[in-house]
Order: sequence, then structure tokens, then C-alpha cells
Amino acid sequence: MAVTYHQFDCVIVGAGGGGLRAALESSKRASTAVVTKLYPTRSHTGAAQGGMCAALANVEEDSWEWHTFDTVKGGDYLVDQDAAEIMCREAIDAVIELEHMGLPFNRTPDGRIDQRRFGGHTRNHGEAPVRRACYAADRTGHMILQTLFQQCVRNHVQFFNEWFVLDLILTDDNRCAGVVAYELKTGELHVLHAKSVLFATGGFGKFFRITSNAHTLTGDGPGMCLRRGIPLEDMEFFQFHPTGIYGLGILLSEAARGEGAILLNGEGERFMERYAPTIKDLAPRDMVSRAIYQEIAEGRGVGGKDFVHLDVRHLSREVLETKLPDITEFARLYLGVEPTTELVPIQPTAHYAMGGIPTDVGAQVVVDEANSPLPGLYAAGECACVSVHGANRLGTNSLLDIIVFGRRGGIQMAEHAAESELPPLPEDPAAGARDLLAGLLKRSVGGEGDERIAPLRKRLQDEMMADCGVVRTDESLGRVLGTIAELRERYGRAGVEDKGSAYNTELLEAVEMGFLLDLAEVTAVAARARTESRGGHYREDFPLRDDGYWMRHSLARRREDGTIELNYKPVTVTRYMPMERKY
Amino acid sequence: MKVQLKIQRFDPATQDKPVWGNYVAEVEDNGRVLDALHYVKWYLDGTLALRRSCGHGVCGSDAMVINGVNRLACKVLCKTLDQPVTVEPIRGLKVEKDLIVDMEPFFAGYRAVQPWLVPDDTDPGGRERLQSPEERARYDDTTKCILCAACTTSCPIFWGDDTYVGPAAIVNAHRFIFDSRDAGDRERLEILSAREGAFRCRTTFNCTEACPRGIKVTEAIQEVKRTILYRKV
Repeated sequence: MAVTYHQFDCVIVGAGGGGLRAALESSKRASTAVVTKLYPTRSHTGAAQGGMCAALANVEEDSWEWHTFDTVKGGDYLVDQDAAEIMCREAIDAVIELEHMGLPFNRTPDGRIDQRRFGGHTRNHGEAPVRRACYAADRTGHMILQTLFQQCVRNHVQFFNEWFVLDLILTDDNRCAGVVAYELKTGELHVLHAKSVLFATGGFGKFFRITSNAHTLTGDGPGMCLRRGIPLEDMEFFQFHPTGIYGLGILLSEAARGEGAILLNGEGERFMERYAPTIKDLAPRDMVSRAIYQEIAEGRGVGGKDFVHLDVRHLSREVLETKLPDITEFARLYLGVEPTTELVPIQPTAHYAMGGIPTDVGAQVVVDEANSPLPGLYAAGECACVSVHGANRLGTNSLLDIIVFGRRGGIQMAEHAAESELPPLPEDPAAGARDLLAGLLKRSVGGEGDERIAPLRKRLQDEMMADCGVVRTDESLGRVLGTIAELRERYGRAGVEDKGSAYNTELLEAVEMGFLLDLAEVTAVAARARTESRGGHYREDFPLRDDGYWMRHSLARRREDGTIELNYKPVTVTRYMPMERKY
Repeated sequence: MKVQLKIQRFDPATQDKPVWGNYVAEVEDNGRVLDALHYVKWYLDGTLALRRSCGHGVCGSDAMVINGVNRLACKVLCKTLDQPVTVEPIRGLKVEKDLIVDMEPFFAGYRAVQPWLVPDDTDPGGRERLQSPEERARYDDTTKCILCAACTTSCPIFWGDDTYVGPAAIVNAHRFIFDSRDAGDRERLEILSAREGAFRCRTTFNCTEACPRGIKVTEAIQEVKRTILYRKV
């Protein structure tokens, strides 16, 4: 397997919103390569629908401080409040800057950026829903991705498309020295020797059966970090979005409820009135998903099945066509349902990882309880954990996160590159990646004891959904860990049928499956240890939040022998003491 | 349900010309063509190469020719198609392997039209530029483009001449030409009036039929042509 060497100041892995925003900063200051296993415009930022919150106060009174409070409360007080303050304060400039780059936001009658309601975003600390989400119909993420890509083209950012990063290179004294990538077109390996590396690889929802995530969201960045001894933070917190298309998990934006849609159970009752009397259907996602789970568990699903209804029939045709056109089409195409006259079957869908690679507010990766930095390594967006989302992310805050911390990461990584020497490469830096691929290529499929990837992945997705989903218990988590151990053993015998070097996407999927297994295990281990319920992590056997003991972030590290070690670090509290979370 | 598939297979490293592969996939009743292709790849023949990511028509990875028409595999339900379902790579771009084509000429066309906002000289300060809802609506249709190449690779002019920037590039130029905030017309229209530009279009409407986002592609191209002729937006 041929290996080619390259040298850059900065390497960015992933070309969604976080990676592209970082690239716009670092490429102005330092030589920068953006490496993506897709094409930039295929990134899953493009699937984000509803909006990006910022307290512009264009349509009603608002303040970034209220936004911060909502973010902290929405995150069930596990949010690092200093980071949330930065995000919500910088949100305003971030939106204006995107507008200046050309983003086609919807407009108010007087020509300013229009804003709409979104789950958990309120005026004056919970009084009532507030119009805070800036949006471009129900394709805000698409417009962010396109706009950032346009700016990157304009600025001649250097892309390496369809290169799959397999390994992170660290020096003996734990500095980042680059990455190793596999070029899909040729099957060749590339060592990208660099002073700064930023992971912006997105989420890892593909270890669940029902998910809004793309097939390619397999947690490669966090997976590589874990294998290189870097801990992952708050992995037990995974968000289920309440309104996924039944059976498919495709997202129907919370913007629908922001525009007035409601949820109905099998009896036609607007059940959210019982769970969140003040803001009802616009309660945060963890609460709505749990409410749906509860309704179904108590026999009030539709027709006794595992779904409820989203009702948009009372919304005007104009609202559907100008503000929610895509999700209207999704319902028609994938369900054969006409949303203007029929109810839309929905169920919670695995949507967003609150946990990930631990970073400080400059997107620099920190590797222990004392927040010691790993020089030269950065992470931003869903693969990172700053933590601005705590135990449950509010809708729209992910687009905000990628823009604010993508920008910060891009600046920081370039400044680090300017003031440091190129770290030495270890001898044969591609060895780990080469061995990984060689193992998978060497093993066959179809013979006695051979394993194919797809059945293993399906089993993982089914079991994670059943045992590590919206509701968890010690028993269910113990069971899923048993399954993961079995799958891990079988994965060790799995091979690929395709032995070729051009576009061997079977090999790519096999590597991705390894990352999914690693991350599923860490998720289940961290979830089993957290004997409380908070945000997206709900333990039926420990249904209450325990602030006395559990106001802390988990750090899961893989030991040399493969077992997972858990440590904890405190939550940063600046102005909001934990209160009961009622809406 | 069972789906009979006839997929064009081609590995330039080992084959002189493409061959048809016949498969029977098992999918849910509302399964997409992408699900059927996944079934083949995951359970029958791992060497099948295709691109895909989001699975619901917003990332633009899986444009292919399905029963003779350019579609996204994730936006066509198998039950709506005659069987066997034929699946071929999009046309006019070099096949790299099976359903994967070389996208570089397509993106070169995109880059050529300067697809970014060229702001005018006025400093908007720390606030957004104003744009009325009517001005915003003027270019709404062409902001939907996901760069899947379904339009460009359905165009007979593009098949015959890959120096033509193609419908998708013109759609992305249109998105800025008709944006009230943009001041980049002079150069952009110059590029589009050149030999490789908008006047190669012969209004066959294939592009409009192919667009999975429902963009009125031919209309957008005509509007760009008229703008070039009359130099007014």
C-alpha cells in the first residue's frame, strides 16, 4: 500500500459547517487542508432544517442572557455556563456574518432577518416561547453549508474530497502531529503531517436503528481519539428528537411545532399539555420524546402501535409552502400522507450526541479532569463536547455551535501553527492504519466462521435502540454491553468481499463499523454508571436528577487492555444554580 | 417486497466495458431504491460501489439513472417503479466504478460561474443587509440546489461537450444574479455569455424534469439568458 507524505500547518477533518467555518479562518492565516470522506456539500449540516438561534430581537424583545439561561436549563444544568455565555453572546455576530456571506434568511416585512419559535427557547427565563430562531425556510442547514462552501471556493480553500481519515498521529510526548488518510479513489494512504489538526467529523447516530443521521455519521473522529487514549466526555447523553418519520427516522423539524403544529396521541389528545403546561409542544426534545415514550407505554400510541401523530392540518398553506416546504414533501413522499389534510405518524429518532471529544472554549482538546490541553489538537461541532449542550441540546443550538466554535477553532489552530514547530513524526506513522485495513482485506466472507459487516451493524442498531435508547435501566444496559462484547468478537472475524483499491466503500463501511462499536460501548458504560436521570439520559431505575452527586461530566477513556475507565470533572457554573426543570 | 434489479457494473481496472448485474433485493413496502441497492451491497455483493449519505434527498450524493431517468436513489420508492428496475450511473461523466462517476468536471463548471455573494461597497455595519420578502422570494427557487448533478447529466448538450458549464452551474449563478444584495453581475454575466455559457442551452427541459428539488431549471437558464441580452435584472 503506497504512502504519500504531505505537510500543512493545519488539517481539518470533516467539511460540514464546523469544518468549513474553521477553514475560512485558518486558511487566511496558515496553509490549510480540509479532508473529507464525502464531498463538502454532502455533509449532514445540510440536513439541518429549523434554524439558528440568536437574540437579534428583530421581532420581539430578547437578550443573549435569556438565550444562555434557556441553554443551561434545556441542558438540565450539565452545561458549562461560561461556554454557553460565549456561544449565546457570539450568536448575534455569527448570524450577521452569515448574512453578510450571502445566506438567504427569510425576512420580516421591513427586510430584516425573520425569527420564529423553537423548543425550549423562552422570553425572560421561561415565561413564554420567544421568536429567536433565524431561518431559511426549513433548509437552514442546507443554506449554511452552501454559503460556507461558496466562501471556501471563493477563498481557494484546498479540499481533499473522498479521503477517509483513519488515524490520528501523536508524538511520544503527546502532541498532535497529523493524521493518516485513505484515498477512496485509489486505495492509497496519505500521511498529512501538520502542526494543528481539527476534528469536525459530526455525529454517530448510526449505532441506533431509528435515526435522523446520515449513513456516514459513524463517529470517526471521536473513535480515533478513543483509540489514541483521549477520553470522551458525557457519552451517556444522546438526544432523541421527538418527530422522526415513523419507521424511517427522517427528521420532521421542530420548526413545525414552532409554527403551531401539535402532537396528538392515539386518543386524539394533545398530551403535551399534561407534561409541560406552559410551553406544551415546545418543551425541550428530551421531555417530548419521553412523553411520547410514556404515551406509547401506557397504550395511547396510535392503534396500539409505537407512534403518535404530528398535526399540521390547521397551518395555512402559505406557512407550509414558504416556511416548511421540505418536511411537507418528506411526509408525502416517504409516508404517502398528505399533511394538509392527514395526520403524520412520528416516533422519536436518534438525533444528536451531546457528548464527544472534550474541548475548552477555544476548541482545543483537553484530556483529563484538570482540563490539560493536548497541544495541536482541536475539535468542533457535534463530535466535540465543549460542553454547551449539557445533558440535552436545545433545537437550533447545533448550527450555532458549529459556527461559533468552528470559527474559534480555526483561529486557534492557525495561531498555534504560527507559534510552534512541526512536531516530529513517529517512525512509520501509517502503520496503524495499514494494519487495520490489511486485517479487514485479508479476511474473507461467506466461509465457515466468517462474518459480514451488515448483519453485525443491524444487530448493534437494534439492540442499542431497545436497550440504550430513550429509557434505560441497569439491566438493559448490562444486556446491551453483553451484545457489544459478542459483536466485538465477531467483528474481529469480519472481512470484506471487495479486495479492490478503487472506491472500496465496503472497506470504508467495515472501518466505520469499528468506530460505531467502540462508541456504542463507551455510551453504554457511561450510561450504566450514571445512576440518575438528567436530560437525554433517563434511567427508569433512577428516575430523579441527583445534583448532590451527579453535577459532573463523565470522561471515558479506553485502557490498554481495552476496558473502559470512567473519571469525572465538575460542571462550570457561573450564574444559574440548578432548579427543578418545569416548562 | 421483492425488487428485481438490473445494475450496470463496471470496474475499469479489470473490465473493458460495463456489464449488467441481476439481483433480487428484499425491502420494506415503502423501501427506496437506495434500500434495494444497500440490500445488494450488504447481503449479496459487497463489491457494488455507490455514493450515498443522508438517505432522504438533501445531500445530493446518489443521483443515478433509474429506469432511464435521472433520480436520487433515496427519493424513489421501489413500489412506484416497473421491474426489473434498471440502475445506471449518471451520463456524461467518466465512470470510476459501477455507479460512481468523476464529479470533478461538474464542480469545475460550478466554480467557473463565481458562485458566491459579491457584496456592493456599502458597509452594512454590525447589522444585516436589508432585503424585502419579495426580493428574497425572487431567487428562492434556485437556492434549493443540492449540487447532485441530476440536471447537468441529463442535458444532451453537456453529454456532447463537457466544456459547457451545465444547468447546475447556471442555477447557482442565477441564485446570485437575482439576489438584490449581489453586485457581481458584470463578471458573472461575462462568463455566462461566453462560448461555454448559458447560450449552449437548447431548452430541451430534461434538466427541469430531472431536478429532485423541483427547481425550474430551464426557466432559470432562460432568465439568465435574457439578463445577459438586456443587461438588466
